[in-house]
Amino acid sequence: MAADESYPAELKYHAEHDWARIEDDTATLGITWYAQDALGEIVHFEPPEEGGSVAAGESYGEVESVKAVSDLIAPLSGEILDVNPALADAPETINEDPYGEGWLIRVRLTEPGEVDGLLDADAYRKLLEEQ
Amino acid sequence: MTADPRPPMQLVYEKSQPGRRAATLPDPELPVPDLPEALRREQAPRLPELSEPELVRHFTALADRTFGVDTGFYPLGSCTMKHNPRVNERVVALPGFRDLHPLQEEDGAQGALELMWRLQEILAEVVGLDAVSLQPAAGSQGELTGLMLMRAYFEDRGEGEGRDTVFVADTAHGTNPASVTMAGYKLQKVGTDERGNLDVDFLREHVDERTAGLMLTNPSTLGLFDERIEEVADIFHGAGALLYYDGANLNAVCGISRPGDMGFDIVHYNLHKTFSQPHGGGGPGGGPVAVRAQLEPFLPVPVVARDGERFRFDEDRPKTIGKVRGYYGPFGVFVRSYAFIRSYGPRLREMSEVAVLNANYLLARLRDAYDLPYDRLCMHEFVLSARTLKREHGVTALDVAKRLMDYGFHPPTIYFPLIVPEALMIEPTETEPKERLDAFADAMLAIAREAAEEPGLVKDAPHRRPVKRLDEVKAAKQAIVRYRFDEHPDAGAAREPVQPVEAPKGV
Repeated sequence: MAADESYPAELKYHAEHDWARIEDDTATLGITWYAQDALGEIVHFEPPEEGGSVAAGESYGEVESVKAVSDLIAPLSGEILDVNPALADAPETINEDPYGEGWLIRVRLTEPGEVDGLLDADAYRKLLEEQ
Repeated sequence: MTADPRPPMQLVYEKSQPGRRAATLPDPELPVPDLPEALRREQAPRLPELSEPELVRHFTALADRTFGVDTGFYPLGSCTMKHNPRVNERVVALPGFRDLHPLQEEDGAQGALELMWRLQEILAEVVGLDAVSLQPAAGSQGELTGLMLMRAYFEDRGEGEGRDTVFVADTAHGTNPASVTMAGYKLQKVGTDERGNLDVDFLREHVDERTAGLMLTNPSTLGLFDERIEEVADIFHGAGALLYYDGANLNAVCGISRPGDMGFDIVHYNLHKTFSQPHGGGGPGGGPVAVRAQLEPFLPVPVVARDGERFRFDEDRPKTIGKVRGYYGPFGVFVRSYAFIRSYGPRLREMSEVAVLNANYLLARLRDAYDLPYDRLCMHEFVLSARTLKREHGVTALDVAKRLMDYGFHPPTIYFPLIVPEALMIEPTETEPKERLDAFADAMLAIAREAAEEPGLVKDAPHRRPVKRLDEVKAAKQAIVRYRFDEHPDAGAAREPVQPVEAPKGV
């Protein structure tokens, strides 16, 4: 079942349709409801290697739907702590629960200052309306 | 509206009967060599066993369920599914072409070589460049060849190390970024401005001495001609870089404007699109490349050359990038495209004009029922969006495409280009009459009404095809690409074919 449209207030957002949940010096990353809806049903998640690193604004993996393969753009820089293990067998979890069970990776932030450059939920909604 | 009345088809394996043969071969007269035990199969290969009439019926039934440009309107955007003139097939079947061996000596193949040479000359004229190689087998190979030529050119100038980046539009066909990566270049994406042109400000800021070139389709996959192409060309040439023209949409501009005049240095053609060729479903393609004079020394070998009245393969090109395909290219494709171009003659321009007219006619009829993301005169194709249908009625571009099949039309390209949400990309080509365009427009308008009044009808489509809505997600995640004998132990064992009606016996 696809989730209903929402943009939780406690998350930070990136113009490339990723979200970040900041907890101290770590962040959990995922794609927004808008992104999963635009992609359609996701059939594959190509994760980065655990132990590697991601750089803000650059691709760290791919999601594949029946429509297209899309790069995942990191909203923040960091070292990869975890990759969601559930997505290998059930990538559709990203559609079903994009902000919960459908999270993609968790990172330890290397440039915590970058968080200030992200959007809050209201600013992200405004961005979507302009598109 | 009734369902397809034909019974579901059986696989050829399900029709198989042990011992049936389509032909009986005589016993070999020579002794059969004794294969060592270790090299023998443990069991015979499980090939389907059918009589010839049953085999013919099987493939005829498959053909009967196939949709092609010969059965109906096929507006698959960017694929240029035009009519294939039958005279082309007559010409390609001439014994001198049909029976030609690729290793035939030049003296015995002068006519074929002359045809290739003339085709090179015509293609160069169509795009306004100096030299052509016919060798690449399809557009994607033409792209890779073009980028290899770009690399060879810069290496020859001592700039091979310094130039490592190729710019690609965000509307590009997926083959463009793939070719850039395969050719070993870094990819830089360029955005599209609100009129559907390349983001020139971005280019001014980012094109520099590290830039090898730009790959661009013009008109773009939005069906829009880039109004600032000369500015774009100046930016790249000013930085010493080259411009590559993806010829996927050449059908829009033949005889009207030439990529070489716009500033492009390398072009690939899709002979199977622009100059007709039965294609789709993996049919033969042709992806020749044309270049400006300074790139000619690097072209793949052999190039067909003319010495007075004689034609020959020129292999003596010390700076060539080498061969990109076996032999000389897809020769049957050359013959058909040559016949096509010569049939039109100077009226090739009319081909493109009518292609553009047909697309604008359809656009005018459909623009109020669907969203139009870039409101401009289009070229040979245009992109609509089902965004409002989705938001208001939950009907997506995919649903519209599936419902079109019930109306007897091949769906347009959907969800491409990627920058348009719920995209429907429609290319009617020049070979469709007004009645056919009107029937398609009527169907599209009817579907927009159905989406509002009875969305379930559209969302569950197709209703009248041999198979219903396919589960694309399951197909992608659990692809079954071979017949599983272990799951069908009774295959071929006296299973009656499915019959629509019980026939009376013994009449």
